[in-house]
Amino acid sequence: MRIGVFICKCGTNIAKTVDTEAVARKALEYPDVVYATDYMYTCSEPGQEEIREAITKHRLQGVVVAACTPRMHEPTFRRAVEKAGLNRYMFEQANIREHVSWVNNDRESNTLKAMDLVHMAVEKLRLNHPLFSSKVPINKRVLVIGGGVAGIQAALDCSEGGLDVVMVEREATIGGKMAKLDKTFPTIDCSSCILGPKMVDISQKENISLHAYSEIESVSGYIGNFKVKIRKKATYVDWNACTGCGECTQKCPSKKTHDKFNEGLGSTTAINIPFPQAIPKRARINAESCLYLTKGKCRKCEKVCPADAIRFDMEDEIITEEVGAIVVATGYDMFDYSVYGEYGGGRYPDVITSLQYERILSASGPYGGHIVRPSDGREPKDIVFLSCVGSRDASVGRPYCSGVCCMYIAKQAIITRDHLPDCNCYVSYMDIRSPGKNYDEFVRRAQEEYGINYIRGRVGKIYPKGNRLIVQGVDTLMGVQMDIEADLVVLATGLEASDGARELAEKLRISYDQYGWYMESHPKLRPVETNTAGVYLAGVCQGPKDIPASVAQGSAAAAKVLVLFSRDTIETDPQVAFVNERVCISCGKCIEVCPFGAIQWKTLRDGSQKAEVLPTVCQGCGLCNATCPPKAVQLQHCTDDQILAEVNAVCE
Amino acid sequence: MPKRIAYYPGCSCEGMANEYDQSTRALCKVLNIDLVDIPDWNCCGSTPSNSYDPLLGAALAGRNLALAEAEGFDLVMTPCPSCLKSLKTAIKVYNDQKQDFAHLLNMPFSGKIKVISVLQLLYEEVGVEKIKERIKKPLTDKVIIPYYGCLLSRPPEFAEFDDPENPVSMDELLLAAGAKVPDFPYKTECCGAAYGVTINNIVGKLAGRILDMAQSLKTDAVAVACPLCQQNLDLRQSQVNRFCHRNFKIPVPYITQLIGYALGIDLKELGIHKLFVNADNLFKETV
Ligand SMILES: Cc1cc2nc3c(=O)[nH]c(=O)nc-3n(C[C@H](O)[C@H](O)[C@H](O)COP(=O)(O)OP(=O)(O)OC[C@H]3O[C@@H](n4cnc5c(N)ncnc54)[C@H](O)[C@@H]3O)c2cc1C
Ligand code: SF4
Ligand code: SF4
Repeated sequence: MRIGVFICKCGTNIAKTVDTEAVARKALEYPDVVYATDYMYTCSEPGQEEIREAITKHRLQGVVVAACTPRMHEPTFRRAVEKAGLNRYMFEQANIREHVSWVNNDRESNTLKAMDLVHMAVEKLRLNHPLFSSKVPINKRVLVIGGGVAGIQAALDCSEGGLDVVMVEREATIGGKMAKLDKTFPTIDCSSCILGPKMVDISQKENISLHAYSEIESVSGYIGNFKVKIRKKATYVDWNACTGCGECTQKCPSKKTHDKFNEGLGSTTAINIPFPQAIPKRARINAESCLYLTKGKCRKCEKVCPADAIRFDMEDEIITEEVGAIVVATGYDMFDYSVYGEYGGGRYPDVITSLQYERILSASGPYGGHIVRPSDGREPKDIVFLSCVGSRDASVGRPYCSGVCCMYIAKQAIITRDHLPDCNCYVSYMDIRSPGKNYDEFVRRAQEEYGINYIRGRVGKIYPKGNRLIVQGVDTLMGVQMDIEADLVVLATGLEASDGARELAEKLRISYDQYGWYMESHPKLRPVETNTAGVYLAGVCQGPKDIPASVAQGSAAAAKVLVLFSRDTIETDPQVAFVNERVCISCGKCIEVCPFGAIQWKTLRDGSQKAEVLPTVCQGCGLCNATCPPKAVQLQHCTDDQILAEVNAVCE
Repeated sequence: MPKRIAYYPGCSCEGMANEYDQSTRALCKVLNIDLVDIPDWNCCGSTPSNSYDPLLGAALAGRNLALAEAEGFDLVMTPCPSCLKSLKTAIKVYNDQKQDFAHLLNMPFSGKIKVISVLQLLYEEVGVEKIKERIKKPLTDKVIIPYYGCLLSRPPEFAEFDDPENPVSMDELLLAAGAKVPDFPYKTECCGAAYGVTINNIVGKLAGRILDMAQSLKTDAVAVACPLCQQNLDLRQSQVNRFCHRNFKIPVPYITQLIGYALGIDLKELGIHKLFVNADNLFKETV
């Protein structure tokens, strides 16, 4: 084989602590290397041109580039060698930036390590074979998980683009958090007025099928061909029959049911429709509080339902959907502030969360939009808003900023002053973070036009005095202790990854960070892709953000799906396992160990059974390769021989 | 067999807080815990040694732990939260700077020994249920407010005990003893600590706030677990009254005295008569 080696300086990123010229010179000593050079930016157009020219001029049969991580530019260089007529798998990349120059400053040892890495790549390349991908058809249906504003936007854009959409929402209605908001910053427009029509569209589009009150059971398959099992949780109401008339909710005697939609303010009936604009507008029985399902007596709803829709014997149902791409838009949940003993830890009814306050402000909320205290229904005269409750606090494991609280506090205070002009609003804040378009102006308006008292500092304690609350803390600008008597305290509770985010990620085989936020493939350049091909992200599930950003991501994810589906077929990755039938002893260990079910039995003409890898299902994890006793299964492009050749090179 | 644990009284328990020491010993005896004084124990160094030289201060406190280890103990109990802090600091400094510490200490020390407060002993080692079973003279109808002070549960990673901002251990013990325990917002507010000696008015203001809040909850007594808190609220109550123009007369017994009484220990043995603000109203009998 005639091998060419290209050492990238990456500007000074690599050249600063690696003697790239020396590495190139050394490379000429390795077997089969006929050409070696270093270059300023190998990934640039002239850099790629240099590779192509060298391939022609020196009749190269394989190329090694020593540069950055292959995660970014391996595809770039593979395309470059392919353009010059080589098979794209006759290429190897040694990572001498993330693994060398960025992690150590010692030029001498760095240069030696870079030489070793290049040597290993050369030895591996010598055993490479041309590989060819095959083409499989794409199933042009898309699954959207989560029906918040981000998922809704993604679903509608895909639907507009002519795709069949399957939406899975785990609550009984779509809309997510935005459906619970009263008005939205920075324009103070009514949340349900702008979201409502989109929700209705979801239910009316012919090509969108909505599974509400459903969850993902399992996901198998791969980009273009996923198979998804969906658990449709029992609602005890036949949604094909139910008309959403609400008769049942009028008559249900179990009236003390936890009202999840209203964030636990007030209570609801065992059979209920979350809110008047719910989509789908269907009743569901809460099995935990239904008198019949818990105590065996009642069935009132069954008697009054004009549509005969009640089904007490309903059970969860598992259905299967086949799709080619998945958009994950599972949003967030609120931080549980009960860990803060100093704020009462949930003991004081008039210390509430910001989302509860949204429900209080909302005309469809538990108090009909009148601002009153949960404890006694009295109108508050003084309200304190506390920022950063469960944000930017490493002591509770939440060192990150939730990004939206400064803005929604300003919004909630402004709306409060609109409703109750005599009510004093105080905001205790650490810093004000309002970097969006028209955002800082909005906060200034809260302070200057609406006379909201912004106090910089931190609250150390909230305690009851009579039927009011004392909010005690520090005003760090004035350098004094602050004691405010308040009727209501609103905690700007931070955002955290939605309940069950990690479990879902494992089903989807996507990664998440230490807080459970889903990881994008590249923080700047691939913000809605994941590292699992065909799975995209939208909205807060990827990290805290506001509605405009969530919607933008929803559209971006839809655009990615439409791009993927603009082709009819997809090229499979040939770097998969392959069974050498002559060596296979039919022990079946590989079949047991494969996590993707990618290996099956195949009957040969002589009637014997041998293992066979389904290349489209195989993910190239290599477990079978490591397990196979006679080493009959080999991962193409990463065979045992190749690994040993690398080990030999580094041990030389 | 009684449980044997090493006991570190600390200097304040030999003087000002003598009744804390007395009641702790009496209580442990009734609970079948054998307290063994660390032989030849020395001052934990308190604030001064630590401010002067943290490493040397840690070694000074550490000597007590090394002595306890030499006697074969793996658990040390001390009533005083401030001593507790010094002793725990010694273990932390030992783990951070093993060589320097060992050099100064010049005694065998493994750092494996555990240090707890008497409150922790009652709450975690004995348990509220066990104590409840043995109550003989419940504090029925007495409103008693638990005051923890700022040190007992904080900082959380150091105290490793109870909720840092809303501790409940004394609440639960007092409830078990039959008392009425209102939700006390100033549980962990500062009493003024050592400012009693230097800038007395600070104690006047801070202790005044605590007593005022207690009074507003119609309390019969404020229960404490720290000699310094006790001193500021009890011994200095008349100074506080002068500063705030008030006339508080709230007894401030130690938690060990109250639980001890409820378990049937003699008032004299508990040193009730040593409190400055008379506490007779709390008990059926007098000393
Ligand atoms: C109090 C408050 C006020 C706010 N005010 C504003 C404002 O005025 N303006 C603004 O721009 N932003 C505001 N925000 C931020 C805004 O709520 C979010 O930006 C937006 O709701 C994010 O939408 P989303 O679709 O990503 O997530 P979500 O709204 O959380 O939607 C996620 C959906 O996915 C579903 N789901 C979750 N897990 C699963 C699962 N495993 N399977 C199936 N479905 C699942 C959920 O049930 C939910 O319906 C506010 C936030 C708060 C807390
Ligand atoms: S009464 Fe029947 S049709 Fe009407 S909402 Fe209830 S279940 Fe649906
Ligand atoms: S059977 Fe259950 S859901 Fe129906 S009315 Fe009775 S309590 Fe309500």
